[in-house]
Amino acid sequence: MFESLVRRPARWLEADGAEAAIVLSSRARLARNVANLHYPGKASSEMQARVKDFVRLALGNRGLLQTGTLFDSEPVSDIDRDFLIERHLISPEFMRDRQNRALFIQNDESVSIMINEEDHLRIQAFQSGLEIRSAMEKAEKVDSELGATLDYDYSKDYGFLTSCPTNVGTGLRASVLIHLPGLVLTNEIDGVITQISKVGLAVRGFYGEGTDVLGNLFQISNQTTLGRQEEDIISSLEDVTRQLISHEENARMTLIRDAGDEIKDKIWRAYGILKHARVLSSEEAMNLLSAVRLGVAMGILDMLPMRLVNEIMLLIQPAHLQKLLGEELGASDRDGRRADLVRERLMGR
Amino acid sequence: MLCEDCHEREANVHLTQVVNDKKSVLNLCLECADKRGFSNPLKNVPFPLGDFLSSMVDSPRSDRTGQIQQITCLGCGLTFGEFSKYGRLGCGKCYEAFRTQLEQLLRKIHGSSRHCGKLPAGSPEKMVPLIEERKLQEELRRAVEEEKFELAAELRDRLKTVGIERH
Ligand SMILES: [Zn+2]
Repeated sequence: MFESLVRRPARWLEADGAEAAIVLSSRARLARNVANLHYPGKASSEMQARVKDFVRLALGNRGLLQTGTLFDSEPVSDIDRDFLIERHLISPEFMRDRQNRALFIQNDESVSIMINEEDHLRIQAFQSGLEIRSAMEKAEKVDSELGATLDYDYSKDYGFLTSCPTNVGTGLRASVLIHLPGLVLTNEIDGVITQISKVGLAVRGFYGEGTDVLGNLFQISNQTTLGRQEEDIISSLEDVTRQLISHEENARMTLIRDAGDEIKDKIWRAYGILKHARVLSSEEAMNLLSAVRLGVAMGILDMLPMRLVNEIMLLIQPAHLQKLLGEELGASDRDGRRADLVRERLMGR
Repeated sequence: MLCEDCHEREANVHLTQVVNDKKSVLNLCLECADKRGFSNPLKNVPFPLGDFLSSMVDSPRSDRTGQIQQITCLGCGLTFGEFSKYGRLGCGKCYEAFRTQLEQLLRKIHGSSRHCGKLPAGSPEKMVPLIEERKLQEELRRAVEEEKFELAAELRDRLKTVGIERH
C-alpha cells in the first residue's frame, strides 16, 4: 500500500514556504465528533462502522473523494503504519488497533483525515515552512465541507466536544516543526524552551511522543483549546515562532563570529561522513543531517538544495527505508542500507 | 536513578541532547522536566483524577468521593470514576452529566471553561441568536465585574428572550 507516496517527497518537506530555512513545516489539526454517537473509545464495533459510513458519505457528497483516497485500516501492515507515522499523516495511537479505522489522504498529501482515532474525526492540514495560517485555511475548508453533511457534536458553552477535555472548544492543535541547531550549540535551548512553555505552548522533540530530541528538531504547539479564538491561537504560535527564528538567527551569527572555523569544520565533517559512511544508525544520520542542514541554511554548503536535505531526513527513517527498498530489514541491515541511500542521494542519484 | 536537577525524586524522563558533538542524556523527574519545558500537552491535566477529585469535596471523606465516582452519563453509560481513570469521555452528553466536575477541570487545563471560537459551519440562520446570546453573556459578565447591577439586570432579561427565540 501507499507505493505512490513512497516515490515522492512529502509535500510538507518541499522547503518552499516562508522561513523554510528554519521552519520545516506547519500543521493545523481539528478534532471533531459526529453528534449523538459514542466516541470511538466507547463505541461498539457497529457504531464505529456507522461513523465510517457517515464520513464516507460526507466526503462523497462534497466531491472530496475525487481529490484523494479513503483507506480502510484493516489491511494496513505494521510497516505501512509506521510509514504513515513517519510521514506525519497519522498519529502513533491511530492504528494501534486497526479495526474500523479509516484514513483519508488528499492526493497532494496536504490534508489527511483520521477516522475513529480518539475522536470520530481528526482533520489535519500540512504546509511547508511557516505557513500556519494557510494550513488552518485548508483544514477549515475540509471541516466546513464535512460539516455541511455531518452534524457535529457542539455545545454553546464548550464548543466542539471531544473525547479528551484537553481538545475541547476549538478542537485546534496548531504546530510548527522547527530546526534549532544554533540554540542547541550555544546552550541557549533550555532557557528558550522554558520561556516558550511559560506562554502556554508545548515543546516536543521530532516524532512527537518520546522526549528524545533528534536532529535538533522541535515541535511547538498550543496547549489550550478552550476560551480562545482560533485566530488568537494561531497568531500567538506565529509570534512565538518568529521570535524563535530571530533567536536562532542570532545564535547562528554568534557561532560564526566566535567559532567560525569550528562550526564550518563541524558542518563539512558531517557532510564528509554522510558522503562516505558505510553504516549509519538513524540517530547518527539525523544528527549529521542536522549539521548539514545548518550548513545549507548558512550558505556554507550552497551546492545542496534544502529540500534534498529535508527529504533525506524522512527517507532514512526505518519504515521509509524499508518501503523504498521493498523489503523488511533488521536494524543492523538497515544501518548499511541507510548509509547507501544517503550516499546515493548526496551524489545526486 | 535520581533526578539530576533536584537530586531528590526518581528520574523517569530521559532526554537525549547533542551539544557540541557530544551526546548527553539528561535524567530528570517529571517535575524538573516540566520546569525545563520538556512537557507533554497533558501536563496540566491531573490524571488520574484522584487528587483532583478529593480536592473538590469539602471533607476528604471517601463516601462523598464515591458518590461523585458513580455519577453516570445517560448517553453512553460512562461513570465519572471511569473517566477519572482513563481521562476520556464517552459521548457528547458526558459534558452535561459531569458538568460540575468538568467545569473545574476545564478551568484548570485551559484557564477557561467557555468556548469563544468558531461556530459549526452550515445552518447560519440558527447561529444568529447563538452569536447574539454569546455577546450578551460577555456584556453581562463585564457588567457584573464592574458592579453595574442595573445594566446586568437588563442584560439578564434580554438574555432570557434570546434563549426563548432559540428554542
Ligand atoms: Zn456519555
